Amino acid sequence: MKHPFKKGRRKTPYDILSRRGHALIAVIPYAWLLVFFLIPCLFLLRISLSDAVLARPPYTNILSIFPEGLLQIRLNIGSYLTLFQDELYQRGVITSLSIAGLSTLCCLLIGYPMAYTIARSSEKVRLILQLLVILPFWTSFLIRVYAWIALLSPTGVINGLLLRFNLIAEPLALMQTPFAVCLGIVYAYLPFMVLPLCVSIARIDTELLDAAHDLGCRPLKTFLTITLPLSLSGMIAGSVLVFIPAIGEYVIPELLGGSETLTIGRIVWNEFFVNMSWPVASALSILLVFFVVLPISFWQRWREMKA
Amino acid sequence: MTGTSSRSLKVILVFGYAFLYIPLLIIVLFSFNKAQLMTTWTEFSLKWYRALFSDTVMLRAAWTSLRIAAISATIAIVLGTLAAVTIVRFQRFRGKAIFTGLVTAPLVMPDIVTGLSLLLLFVAIQQLTGWPQSRGVATVIIAHTTLAIAYVTAVVQVRLTEFDRSLEEAALDLGASPLKVFFVITLPLIAPAVAVGWLFAFALSLDDVVIASFVAGPGATTLPMVIFSSLRLGMSPTINALTTILILFLSLGVLAAAIVIHKTRR
Repeated sequence: MKHPFKKGRRKTPYDILSRRGHALIAVIPYAWLLVFFLIPCLFLLRISLSDAVLARPPYTNILSIFPEGLLQIRLNIGSYLTLFQDELYQRGVITSLSIAGLSTLCCLLIGYPMAYTIARSSEKVRLILQLLVILPFWTSFLIRVYAWIALLSPTGVINGLLLRFNLIAEPLALMQTPFAVCLGIVYAYLPFMVLPLCVSIARIDTELLDAAHDLGCRPLKTFLTITLPLSLSGMIAGSVLVFIPAIGEYVIPELLGGSETLTIGRIVWNEFFVNMSWPVASALSILLVFFVVLPISFWQRWREMKA
Repeated sequence: MTGTSSRSLKVILVFGYAFLYIPLLIIVLFSFNKAQLMTTWTEFSLKWYRALFSDTVMLRAAWTSLRIAAISATIAIVLGTLAAVTIVRFQRFRGKAIFTGLVTAPLVMPDIVTGLSLLLLFVAIQQLTGWPQSRGVATVIIAHTTLAIAYVTAVVQVRLTEFDRSLEEAALDLGASPLKVFFVITLPLIAPAVAVGWLFAFALSLDDVVIASFVAGPGATTLPMVIFSSLRLGMSPTINALTTILILFLSLGVLAAAIVIHKTRR
């Protein structure tokens, strides 16, 4: 049955607007993103396929137009081959994946109990607790990394305390370790895990839990069979949101890590600024984008499957 | 949940917040420490604050950063609002999916890739046209704006989807032109979201070090770039003082926001 008032769509200001008006509004942000986001990405692809040369800028042109008007395209997959042959890059990929994976897992293990308690509080308390999770995030990112330099370095607070109470004879090597890098990443991105988890746990119907309790189900079993599966969407969302910045991270491994934590981000930086090898840096960036797109497309597929 | 397990959950929560706050509090504490090293507390002193305010490199960088952040946030709210209107209000048009994808993609792109690809673009443009002669403030503004559009669009989009459209329709029925409807009805209604978007964009710009390192020229060293290069050398008590000032501003901001919210709710 048709709704009596809904004779066709109601008009919005944008329906009256001419096609030209529409185009005028859309074209401004569209053009900006095209020029400053999409085209740069294509440049990245183009330079990853060119040869490195000693020149300014240090790469060859893959397109050249002959006087007769013929267009020549020379693609060079050498940079990509280097990535798969040189052990340095393979180790970089493994380091990045394991550090990002481990940090995501730690965020999940710390963030879940926190989110659970926050989500089960009364509404007013919940808002304040959530705000308290975000608040440190609003101080500068660099300063949050710096806080760990101050704590972990050989002349830092932790070593100072331990030395003072004679618990150790000489400073512990806490900095410049994979441990320090993971700690820094967990500290920086924990809010990304806690907040989506809070949302998905708070959304669980508490009547289900009451019913389980009334039927004699033990709390642990209730948690494992009801709460955990129903909060899976929050767990996946939080994990993707932590993993994505962690995999491409440059600042944290650079400042807190040593030579063992040469992540993809650090190699890209070094190839570009130190070795002046623009094509390899570009090819490696494209590999990095692949590792970012993969979990996102997995997440998207999972959400479509659930819907 | 039984009593013991809910108590242990509360303990974990307290530990979680301690993990988030204690590192920052230690920095604040040691900003008043006289000694250079953070191994021991010697005596109360404000010398690192004096050192901070006489550090001309840092002050100039802070001014550059604030300018870049303000300008890029302002451009981003214009572009982001237009993008949000396009996504929420326009009927399907060809390329809408690509448009939506383009708006959100910079959100997930690693900073290092964004920085590198933008620099490659600027180098290529420079080769073709001669502009920009040297990378500087303008290139950083462009980079930060591109990143911030995604955040502004996300915030404004939410507000546009949830607000009551009948006001727009009424204005239209009374003969207002679409442009007038936008400026008189729509814009005031989405203004809080636009303001939040501006703050987001501003904070985002002040926080970025990687992208700025790629696209900034010699004359446009931002504050995060200065801090980053000094952190590479290790600890620095002036950064402690800077942290404390930043946290002070943040707390004042939160307090002001809390008071405003409290008053408007009454």
